[in-house]
Amino acid sequence: MASQAAVASQPVTKSMTHAGDLVARVTTFFFAALILGITLLLVYQLYVSSAPARAALGFGFLTSSEWNPVTDQFGAAPFIYGTVVTSLVAMLISVPLGLGAAIFLSELAPARISNALTFVIELLAAIPSVIYGLLAIFTLVPLMRKEVEPFLKHTFGFLPLFKGPAYGVGFLTAGLVLAIMTIPFVISVSRESLLAVPREQREAALALGATRWESTWQIVVPYAKLGIVGSVFLGLARALGETMAVTMVIGNVPRINFSLLAPGYSIAAVIANEFSEAGGKIHPAALVELGLVLFFLTILINSGARLMIIATTRKGSKRA
Amino acid sequence: MNKRLIWRKAVNGVMLTLTGVCTIGTVSVLFLILGCLIYQGGRSLSLDFFTKLPVPVGELGGGMANAIVGTFQIVGVASLIGIPIGFLAGIYLAEYDDKRFGFLVRYVADLLNGVPSIVVGILAWTLVVLPMHHNSGLAGSIALSVMLIPIVTRQTEQFLREVPLALREGALALGASKWKMIVSVVVPAGSKGILTGMILGVARISGESAPLLFTALGNQYWGGLNEPTASLPVMIYKYATSPFDDWHQQAWAAGLVLIGMVLTANIVARMVLARGVSVPRG
Repeated sequence: MASQAAVASQPVTKSMTHAGDLVARVTTFFFAALILGITLLLVYQLYVSSAPARAALGFGFLTSSEWNPVTDQFGAAPFIYGTVVTSLVAMLISVPLGLGAAIFLSELAPARISNALTFVIELLAAIPSVIYGLLAIFTLVPLMRKEVEPFLKHTFGFLPLFKGPAYGVGFLTAGLVLAIMTIPFVISVSRESLLAVPREQREAALALGATRWESTWQIVVPYAKLGIVGSVFLGLARALGETMAVTMVIGNVPRINFSLLAPGYSIAAVIANEFSEAGGKIHPAALVELGLVLFFLTILINSGARLMIIATTRKGSKRA
Repeated sequence: MNKRLIWRKAVNGVMLTLTGVCTIGTVSVLFLILGCLIYQGGRSLSLDFFTKLPVPVGELGGGMANAIVGTFQIVGVASLIGIPIGFLAGIYLAEYDDKRFGFLVRYVADLLNGVPSIVVGILAWTLVVLPMHHNSGLAGSIALSVMLIPIVTRQTEQFLREVPLALREGALALGASKWKMIVSVVVPAGSKGILTGMILGVARISGESAPLLFTALGNQYWGGLNEPTASLPVMIYKYATSPFDDWHQQAWAAGLVLIGMVLTANIVARMVLARGVSVPRG
């Protein structure tokens, strides 16, 4: 109210600029709100377009493992299984490697070298996923088939994880490609959280006689724990939704198999492969419903990750 | 030295070395990828690749001129839609932020940024392909613009926030209204960083293939944006997964061209434009 009174008492030119302010504020507000609108529209469209599948298949969709578009049998279980297994394999590899590299970059390397290496790692994150797929098909898959998988079978063949013929394509290869693709995310977010740890924490540990590694592992890393876990979740969300590279090396067989060497399928891959040719009513709707499942999976993990990262950077900046 | 101390020093040395090994391993992946692409792609890259249309299996030669142009068309239209929206939303977040709504938009923008690209493709398919009853490059542009908006928004906001308070106060003290201050002082001051963010965003969407698979589809010939449109990433996918050796060679060449475009944009954006500006990632 006070501002309205002020406007009334000002000369005309002043109220013109106030009108400009209002226009600018309303316009930018509109576009900010548009982001919310797009996201809501995304959820709405996925929900509405998958309605025929939900009506026809119900909750059995999530638990059934039969997938045969010809006979209208649609079960999501093999795809959910493949998505989760490949992402877990990826995180098992990328988290230790990424955390190690992040520690090196934040604690050991001189600032100039650290920045240069971080630049290279960020370029790694910029490589399109179809390029990773291209390289994986022609270099990694033959290598896995001829060298790595026979070795794993020979050495760990007694485990159910490494049974069956070595195809080269499958859960393990897809997980490996995803690991390479998620490492840059783990590194860059972990490194930032580690850098946000106050200097005094390190100095106190060293002054008490801790070695460099002890101060890092027992003091600095626990201090940045939330941010590091956040980076892991961020990488996990990327891995779950990754499409092209996985489609090219997972083998595209809708079957649940406990062996990591076996070919499988993932949610994103089946959408990529079948969506443009899906006929009838239920098949496209079932694929959209798979997209909805994937959407909620990544939203869940992403929102957790964001909250954790927000919490650590706040903590860091408050105490620094 | 007692045994305990020797042990602790040994652990220290081994673990610190291992962290270095992790770093070298990760960094060398980039050079392996580049080396492989240059070796394989270089062998099959020729002038024809940039000037000719794809040829049927069995015929030698041919290129991907239509896919190169198609990529520029699709990404160009996506940028025309996505950049203004993201930019204006970013201005709102940085300048007119009331705490609660701003937090919500920021959070949702980050979530939208994390939505798998294939799911964004489904959105564009329901919005454009279904009502129009045919695939089109335009549908691909819509999908890519949805991915671009949150990136540009967050980058714009970040760089506007880095503009010093003193500059704003100076403008206001001289009698400028708030929007005058934003347009003539704050945005120009943050323009380098914002431009960097935009280039990085455009580079990222130009490598995307998943959202184009069932929107822009592909095309062996020239086509406008109202028809199915070829793009480099989708061509790489199709050719690499085909059983033909000639096509594999073409896929390598396309891979080299695509990564050349994406990495050049990245390096230029980060090094030339952003001297002394830190580039936030997300």
